[in-house]
Order: sequence, then structure tokens, then C-alpha cells
Amino acid sequence: MAEKRLMYGNHAVAEGVIYAGCRFFAGYPITPQNEIPEYMSIRMNEEGGVFLQTESEIAAINMLFGASAAGKRAMTSSSSPGISLMQEGISYIAGADMPVLVVNVVRGGPGLGNIAPAQSDYYQATRGGGHGDYFTITLAPNSAQELFEFPRLGFELAEKYRNPVLILADGLLGQMMEPVEFSYEPIDPKTLPEKEWALSGCKGRERRVVRSYDLRPGKLEEWNWRRYEKYEKIKKSEQRHEAKDCDDADLVVVAYGTCARVSGAAVRMARDKGFKVGLFRPITLWPFPWDALGDMSKRIENFLVVEMSCGQMIDDVKLATECRSKISFQGRPGGGVPIPPEVYQKIEEILGGAR
Amino acid sequence: MKKIFGRPAGLTEILQRYCPGCGHGTVHRLIAELLVELNIRERTVGIAPVGCSVFADEYFNCDMIQPPHGRGPAIATGIKRSRPDCIVFSYQGDGDLAAIGTAETIHAAARNENITVIFINNAIYGMTGGQLAPTTLPGMRSTTSVKGRDVVKQGYPIRVCELLSGVDGTYYLERCAVHTPKNIIKTKKALKTAFRNQIDNKGFSLVEILSMCPTGWGVTPVQSTKWIAEKLEQYYPLGVFRDRAKEEK
Repeated sequence: MAEKRLMYGNHAVAEGVIYAGCRFFAGYPITPQNEIPEYMSIRMNEEGGVFLQTESEIAAINMLFGASAAGKRAMTSSSSPGISLMQEGISYIAGADMPVLVVNVVRGGPGLGNIAPAQSDYYQATRGGGHGDYFTITLAPNSAQELFEFPRLGFELAEKYRNPVLILADGLLGQMMEPVEFSYEPIDPKTLPEKEWALSGCKGRERRVVRSYDLRPGKLEEWNWRRYEKYEKIKKSEQRHEAKDCDDADLVVVAYGTCARVSGAAVRMARDKGFKVGLFRPITLWPFPWDALGDMSKRIENFLVVEMSCGQMIDDVKLATECRSKISFQGRPGGGVPIPPEVYQKIEEILGGAR
Repeated sequence: MKKIFGRPAGLTEILQRYCPGCGHGTVHRLIAELLVELNIRERTVGIAPVGCSVFADEYFNCDMIQPPHGRGPAIATGIKRSRPDCIVFSYQGDGDLAAIGTAETIHAAARNENITVIFINNAIYGMTGGQLAPTTLPGMRSTTSVKGRDVVKQGYPIRVCELLSGVDGTYYLERCAVHTPKNIIKTKKALKTAFRNQIDNKGFSLVEILSMCPTGWGVTPVQSTKWIAEKLEQYYPLGVFRDRAKEEK
């Protein structure tokens, strides 16, 4: 059996990045993700990688731009206000079609907000986040185990599509300790193939240019349409979700990350009381699992969206279900975390006597 | 017939779109010559700025990247740390380096990042049409200081070499100009030292170059060279501001 260790979510994601063969980390401290740079400062050193504590998140994301343009796996982590600062860089990276991995351990906002767990960066994560027509593939782990495993998936998707990938966690997932199974053999960075687009000096080949601009009339429009085709392909192939107890359900709770864990417990409470309730957990937030949820809405009458925000993912639920079903919402913004009885009560309120 | 002068292999054949009398073309050529003379062209990654010389990514015949405004030194750090065998240079204007990218500049210097930064100081924003730069002289007119830079309201210019000479990490700092043949030769020598330092793993080298912008200054190309000598050079004295190779001797 693979080695198992009790780990903080923040440490798990950091170790997952090392396992994924990434040897470049740049970042700026911000709560509640400081364990990631701290862990990286030790591990990157041990592995002969690069660790840079930068002057700002702006510098960090641009260092990633440089490292990824040089053909290397590169990763940064931050929390909400820091991720806002990175949006300029993420837009340029998306515009230059470069793969990077960004982890957002979300905290309460807007502004300085607080340091409690939140899911209020959903719009920013799934609607591009910065300026211009682009999307970032967004993965939503709900455990330390997934925090460990998603960096590898993230880098694979980032490189396959040449697009930035975001792991959207939250303060609770980052700070919580759980057993983590090291479920795969670590990737040796030396075994990763050289990128045919990497900047490395033009010896024996044509020179290469990485850029996000094109001022020639019509050219940027063409370029955007080509990237749009890429997004269509991602939407078609990369929707991921997990559905539990949905087959006979009168109501399906839709929740990701921490809220999926809380809602899972609420669903069990409801099942114990005889309510037919299921849980639908989006694993990719962009592309949202529109297809699976859309299909489900043809037979499910009620959806309850649970989020640690005033309601952002609910828009995607409405789009996916094309408003065929009745959609309710239970939210906790500003660092509030719902507890299972809260969610259960809402379920009971919606279903009433329909056991 | 023997060819005695031609395009250096460090430049592409793309026609440069700079204004008549602009200093960028001269500095581009010096860098391009050095890429060949130091035999580093095939392992160099260059970084273009945002500004008139954004198109440097088309002009230099080596691998190039075009970053967000002011972030050149951060991009350079990412490339250099990932590929230490590459020679990495960041080409930046005054808005790029001394306004929006001040933090990236100072901290790359503080880390003694082993990169070469080429800083074109023409005291004006060229690309956007002649607005105030962080290096615009007191009293100097721009499209956002039409009566001349009022230091009470718009603050004072920043002297980058003097500023960075207070940063311990900095390895080499020199201010040059390209308004006369003599100064152009001196600039090439400074650039050579800056690249040589990187080849020898010495660390952060920055060459500031006072450069003409006749269009932005509203003068003729000939007047612009005189203006450097009479005005710009007076506020920004030429010379070596830091050379740790000498300090450490």
C-alpha cells in the first residue's frame, strides 16, 4: 500500500506539486495559505528546485510566466486579495497560451475581508478573472487527498491545452488535517518532455517568441477565435463531477469544496429521516459540469445550491438546468461556514412532508 | 567588393518602425552586435517592454518574450532561474522600469538576480504620445504637464542609477548616452560589461541609456542630440555608479 500521512491541506497541495514534477515556486505570504510557501521553501531546496519569496503577487505570477515560457512546470499559491493582484499576469499568460498552476486558498472578501474560509472567488475563477476573452480551467478539491492529487491533473490539463489552471480551495481545506495517501509515484522532472514552444535559446532552430499581443488588423480577432475553439474542446472533454444518491432523489444538493463536505453530511441526515436527497459535486468549476447537471434536471424537480458566498455558482446551476427545475439557495458569505444541520433544515423546508 | 558594414546577425530583417532620430535603433544595434561578438545569440532570451520598443520582440534575432508593463525583471527571474545557462536581458523604457515596474526593478537588484537590464531613459512616454515620465525633468513639457513639470504637484524625477546604487545586491550600474559617436562607443562597452557579468555569473547589471525622443520632445533629431548634452545629462550625470568587481578587488 502507498504511504499514508496525516497532513494539512496546504502541505498536501504543496507536496502534490512536488510529486507532479514541478520544481518552480514563486509566491508572497498571505493567510490562510502560508503553510504552502513555508513547506515549499524546504522541499524545493531538498529537491534542487527554485523557491522565490517575491516582493508581490504581481512579481510571483510574472516569474511563473517566465518559467513556464522557459518550458518548466511552475506554480504559485495565494489567497483571494493576492489572486486579485495576479489577474493581470494570468490574463497575459492566458493570452500567450502558457501553462501554469495557481492555487487559491480562498478567504472572505471583498477587500481585505477576513482570513476565514470562503467561496466568494467563484466568479473570478470561472469567468476569466482578468481582462480579455479567456478562461482558466478550475479544479475544486474537497479534501487533503484531492489537494494532493489535483496538481498533477492540473499540470496535465495546463500542458495539454496550454492554458492556466486554477485550484480553488478555501481556508478550511487548507488548514484542515486529514490522512493523505501518496497514491502515485513522484514524477521525475527530467522525464517530462521538452516543450516544442519553450524559450531556451535558438541554437539549431528558428527563434521563438512568446507574446499576447498582435496589432495587425484582424489578427487578434483570429487568435481569439482559435482560443475559443480550444475552450469549446475543453468544455466538451473536461467536465468533471461526482454524483451521490441522485438516482431516486426528489432534491439534489449542488455544492463544491468544503460546502460539498458539509452538504454530504446533511444529505446523510436527510436520508436517515427518509428524505430522498442526493449530492452533486462539481469537480471542475470551469468547465462547469453543465452536461451532467442538465441531464439530471430533466428528472430532478428540486436543486439546492449551497455556497460560502452570496450565490455565485448558482448562476451556472441555472444555466445548466435551463431553469427546468426549482432552484433554492443556502449561502454563507464573508467567511461563514455552514454546518450540516443548517443545510438539513433547508432541505426539510423545501421538501416539507414529502418523505 | 568587400562588405564592411551590414546588419548584425543579432537583428532580424524586419524593418524597425521607430521615428527619425529615435535612440532605440542605435541601442538595438549595439545589443545585436554584442549577441554575436560574445557568441551568446543562440542561448539568449530577450524581454521586450511595453512602450515604443514593444516590437523589440520582432527585431532581436533570438528567443523573445513580451511581458506585462514593468514586469520584465520578474519574467527575467523566472527564465533565468529555470534555465541558468540562458543569457537573459530585459529591455525597458522609463515608464516600464521606473514607474509601473519600480518594485520589480529594485527587488531583482536586491536579489542580485543574474540578469542584464537595459534601461532607455528618454524622459518621456513615447508610445502613448508624450506624457510625463518618472524621469521627465522639472519644468519639462509633456502632454500631461503642458506648462512644464511642476514638482510641487507632480513630484520630482527619479534617478534610477543613484537609487539602485543604494541597493546592496546590485552588481553593476552605469549611465551612458547615445547622442554622440563617442558616447555610443562607451555605451557599447558598458553593455558588454553588463552581458559579460551575466556570463561570468556575477549578477544584476543595469545600464541606463539617455536616449533621444525628438517626436516626444517636439524637436528635430539634431536638436534632440544637443538637448541630451545640455539638459538631460545635467540632471542625469553619466558614469559608473556601482561596480562590485572593482569594490571587491
